[in-house]
Amino acid sequence: MITLVKRRGSYYFLAVTLATLYLYSQSANITTSVFSIAVTFAMPLALAAMVGIMCERTGIVNIGIEGTLLLSSFVAFYVAIAAKSILIGFVAAMATGVAMSLLLALMSVTWKMDQIIAGTILNILATGLTSFFYIQGNMLPSMFKQKPIPGLSNLPFFGDVLFKHGLLMYLGFVVIITLYYGLFHTPWGLRTRSVGEHPSSADTAGVSVSRMRYVNVAVAGAIGGLCGSYLVLELVGSWNRGFTAGKGFTALALMIFGRWNPMGALAAAMFFGLAQAGANQLMINGTVNIPPQFVGILPYVMTIIVLAISAGKVRPPAAEGQPYEKGQS
Amino acid sequence: MSKLIDEVKDSRRKYDVGSWIVPIIAVLTAMLVASVLMLIQGLDPMLAYKSLFTTAFGSSEGIAATLGKATPLVLSGLAVTLGLRAGLFNIGVQGQLLTGALASAWAGYALSNLPPLVHIALALAFGFFFGALVGAIAGYLKAFRGVHEVITTIMLNSIVMGIVDYLASNPFKEADQALTRTPQILDSVRLPMFGNFPSGFFLAAALAFLMWWILGFTTTGFRFNTVGRNRFAAWYAGISYKKTIFFAMLFSGGIAGLGGAVETLGITYRFEPAFNLGLGFDGITIALLGRVHPVGIIPGAILIGGMRAGAADMQFDAGVAPELVDLLLAMILFFVTAPLISRFFKNSANRSLTGGWGN
Amino acid sequence: MSALLEITGVSKQYPGVLANDNISLSVSAGEVVALLGENGAGKSTLLKAVFGLVKPDSGEIKIGGEPIIFGDTAGIISRGVGMVHQHFQLVPVMTVAENIILGDEPKSGLFINMKAARAEIIALSTRYGLEVDPDAVIEDLPVGMQQRVEILKALRKDVKLLILDEPTAVLTPQEIDELLSVVRNLAKSGVGIVLITHKLHEVMAVADRVVVLRGGKLIGTTSPKETDEAGLAQMMVGRSVVLQVNRTEAKRGGVVLEVKGMQVRDDRKILSVKGVDLALHKGEILGIAGVEGNGQREFVEAICGMRHREAGEVIINGVATKNMDPHGAHEAGISHIPEDREKHGLVSSYSIADNLILNQFDQEPFAKGWIRNLAEISKNAIAMVAKFDIRTPSPSNTASSLSGGNKQKVVVARELSEDLPVLIAAQPTRGVDVGSIEFIHNQLLSARDRGAAVLLVSAELDEILSLSDRIAVMSGGKIVAIVDSKGADRNYIGRLMAGLDK
Repeated sequence: MITLVKRRGSYYFLAVTLATLYLYSQSANITTSVFSIAVTFAMPLALAAMVGIMCERTGIVNIGIEGTLLLSSFVAFYVAIAAKSILIGFVAAMATGVAMSLLLALMSVTWKMDQIIAGTILNILATGLTSFFYIQGNMLPSMFKQKPIPGLSNLPFFGDVLFKHGLLMYLGFVVIITLYYGLFHTPWGLRTRSVGEHPSSADTAGVSVSRMRYVNVAVAGAIGGLCGSYLVLELVGSWNRGFTAGKGFTALALMIFGRWNPMGALAAAMFFGLAQAGANQLMINGTVNIPPQFVGILPYVMTIIVLAISAGKVRPPAAEGQPYEKGQS
Repeated sequence: MSKLIDEVKDSRRKYDVGSWIVPIIAVLTAMLVASVLMLIQGLDPMLAYKSLFTTAFGSSEGIAATLGKATPLVLSGLAVTLGLRAGLFNIGVQGQLLTGALASAWAGYALSNLPPLVHIALALAFGFFFGALVGAIAGYLKAFRGVHEVITTIMLNSIVMGIVDYLASNPFKEADQALTRTPQILDSVRLPMFGNFPSGFFLAAALAFLMWWILGFTTTGFRFNTVGRNRFAAWYAGISYKKTIFFAMLFSGGIAGLGGAVETLGITYRFEPAFNLGLGFDGITIALLGRVHPVGIIPGAILIGGMRAGAADMQFDAGVAPELVDLLLAMILFFVTAPLISRFFKNSANRSLTGGWGN
Repeated sequence: MSALLEITGVSKQYPGVLANDNISLSVSAGEVVALLGENGAGKSTLLKAVFGLVKPDSGEIKIGGEPIIFGDTAGIISRGVGMVHQHFQLVPVMTVAENIILGDEPKSGLFINMKAARAEIIALSTRYGLEVDPDAVIEDLPVGMQQRVEILKALRKDVKLLILDEPTAVLTPQEIDELLSVVRNLAKSGVGIVLITHKLHEVMAVADRVVVLRGGKLIGTTSPKETDEAGLAQMMVGRSVVLQVNRTEAKRGGVVLEVKGMQVRDDRKILSVKGVDLALHKGEILGIAGVEGNGQREFVEAICGMRHREAGEVIINGVATKNMDPHGAHEAGISHIPEDREKHGLVSSYSIADNLILNQFDQEPFAKGWIRNLAEISKNAIAMVAKFDIRTPSPSNTASSLSGGNKQKVVVARELSEDLPVLIAAQPTRGVDVGSIEFIHNQLLSARDRGAAVLLVSAELDEILSLSDRIAVMSGGKIVAIVDSKGADRNYIGRLMAGLDK
């Protein structure tokens, strides 16, 4: 099973590498720019998928990612304006993400509510709050600027694609890599996964199921805050109603594609980012004329097709969506 | 003996009065919290609510407008209710509704030379059929491929959004217009008014009673309910889980599509992607506010329809943004599902409605 | 020597059941205490309480002289208590090593030191002679091997007190012997051991002291030196009075249900019914005896259409049937009291009335075409509630409001109401109170007397012995013997169940 995933992953990697090399040999500039745009498309999706992975690995279904992103990006924007500091905006967004997560944890862990409804409440709450308090015509004091990393940014191709971004992008990569190692190589990760798979095992081994769930969901919220901040403070620079445009839902698909593995989800996000950036490039060139709506729905169509084909083969954490009752093994 | 039989028989018809307390308290609590938010903004909540409710319910024009707004909400709430009864969480009502709205708009402007009643029926049928189609995709994937309906319906919402946007801005676009919208439907296909009141509302309400009867008094309803409550016992009792799931999703989508059609034929008279935003999600709130009871959703739909109808005047009178209604809805949903209220009034029977991405 | 574990006056009430009634016992170092009792005697509840997983209503539990705190499982573990759970507490998708170190992981820096973990596990397994592969994934391992992992998990924490909850229920005889010798060695090295079981010969083989529980009460304490298996059985069962049923001679008729060469796989796709032939006659109760996990469940489920059969025939009244779903089996003339009544037998949020017609909801008179006939449903419910003594204020109450025994009576009432030629009763009295047990037994007998062919599967040998006309003993997926219940010897059947006498 694991070898299969690895093998499939390496085929994917090989194919992308070969295709990239070919394109690069055809037009170095365009290829590089498509890839670096793809990374900016992919990062928010990947981070949002991390929110999902953190929650689901610990046994909590979170379909409120969209709401978390929406509200935290909103808070990032207006706090940054009010405090005249994007850094404070960023911190406030993280706090908002944590608060949303704690609400989810309260509903699903403590109150043992239906987790899908709990997530829906987050989404509707975020939509309501942001549209009620939205005020038009505000400007950010500044944005997180591009900060090329000395040395690395001079590398051909990779320098432009990976090392000429802003602070939050770099932070995003750090978070994803940390999460990957954390999940599979640390005691915390082992406990998290055991709580998501078989909570009574964890409980009998002295790991507190509800504490693990609370902590992980809260950390996931902070990552959601980072994602919202990245979108508004580094990528776009302005906020309007419905700002996150379903990224939190796409993230669920990426999480499943990536088989609840941070690297898998990152690869899936990169793939979606590339598809989008590539399609944009083709349209700019006038090479093809695909209606932009069809490019937009591509990720969702692919998700459904992949799920329909692979249903039964992708295996979510076993205890997902179920409240844990002590003493019922 | 016969008295006892009647008593047992009636118990299923009786709708527990106690269960009304929770929704009412949820609405009042939400309004209370919202007034705090308004006070923080320096606004007058009493004035806002007064304006909101006088506009919505204070005159027969107001009530007509309210019922107009409530019509698609009843159908959207019914669609969610039907799904929940069969153990499905149809988050895709939004997409199914949009599909139905566009399909009926097309039938309303592109088909002509039909007798009005036939044309109306046909346009409604278009809405139902295409909504059902979208629902059936999710139903098929759930029943026969084991893909969780929450994830597929979320994806289908986005897909439908893209497709209707494309259709309304290309093949079905009104000629010589900057806006992304279809031409107006023919006058003959507009839903008639009963005096002051929109006939669509009565159609929706009739459908709610029909669904109540089907769920409570027919073998089909028994199948839906049994699968929703215990799929293993359903299997044991000879009820096909797959077939039931598939048809529940199909009809849920169809009802949602009908909601879109009624909106198009009764209120907007054309399709514009931005028209119907949020109706599907309101349906979730309404279904839960009505305690997942087909007739129980009608008051909730009227209340929310009234809020939507009165929101503009509230902004004019009290300076409160009409989006207050969205906020109220979110809080109503929270309070109506949060066990902290229910626990006071009911022995907490918080059955999980869904569970993970598995089956 | 001071006691490692001291339980004083512990009681625990569950809805409808007093699981523990004022129980006191103590365990010292180097001692093997067997906790003996039938299913539902309250053994597991008591041990969960020791682990802080269940909060007793009254009483005190001390470990090493210190009282425990409810919920503080980690603290209890750190005081040297290890438990091998009946339902393995292992994460199926993780490796042996990951499972063993969970909760107390060897680290290097921030990361888990897998190398150290492997070395530690190999050392541990050599020390106790319990060989495992640290990198194997749990779900790929056979049950006996999984249990080894459970034991190693417990031993790793330097246990002073090891609790084994029904450790042999799923093991082969060889695995059981190995386990018992491990238990003896551990006791020799000074570990206090609590062995929860209902198997007498295991108790006789390893226990220093035997504590017998029955119906939540502590019945007595003895030792293998003072008693024998028969004496233990007497203490443990003790309800020969309850099980006394007035059984008349069966009027056996022709063959109604015939099974030929049946093969069935279990949930893990392992062949667990390995070619069974059986003929069930009109007017008899045929009991299937066996240690749980020897294929009885799969056998019954295959007959009732709940499980696919790989090979073999099911012939009902001379007609060979195909693989069916439960509804098909019902149509073919089989009524079935399912083993898991909460899952398959009832819709707990439905009224008792609806549950009583669950599998006949679309048949006359309960439905006329598409429309359900609520008057008939209510009439039926009122009649059934009276006839089957279902204790409820009203048939319109939900099934969830009933006690276990009354829930089971609803299922029994429904399945018997149609008078189908075959009745299959799987564990019909599990988790049911004594009064209901007697009632259900009488119902099964009167079904027999009306001419039904009854197949009874039960883990309770006494139930089989007192109800059956013939007894088929199942072991290792096969029927090893069919004996007449008249004059059947309990010990002989026990040996057959254990796969000894072939």
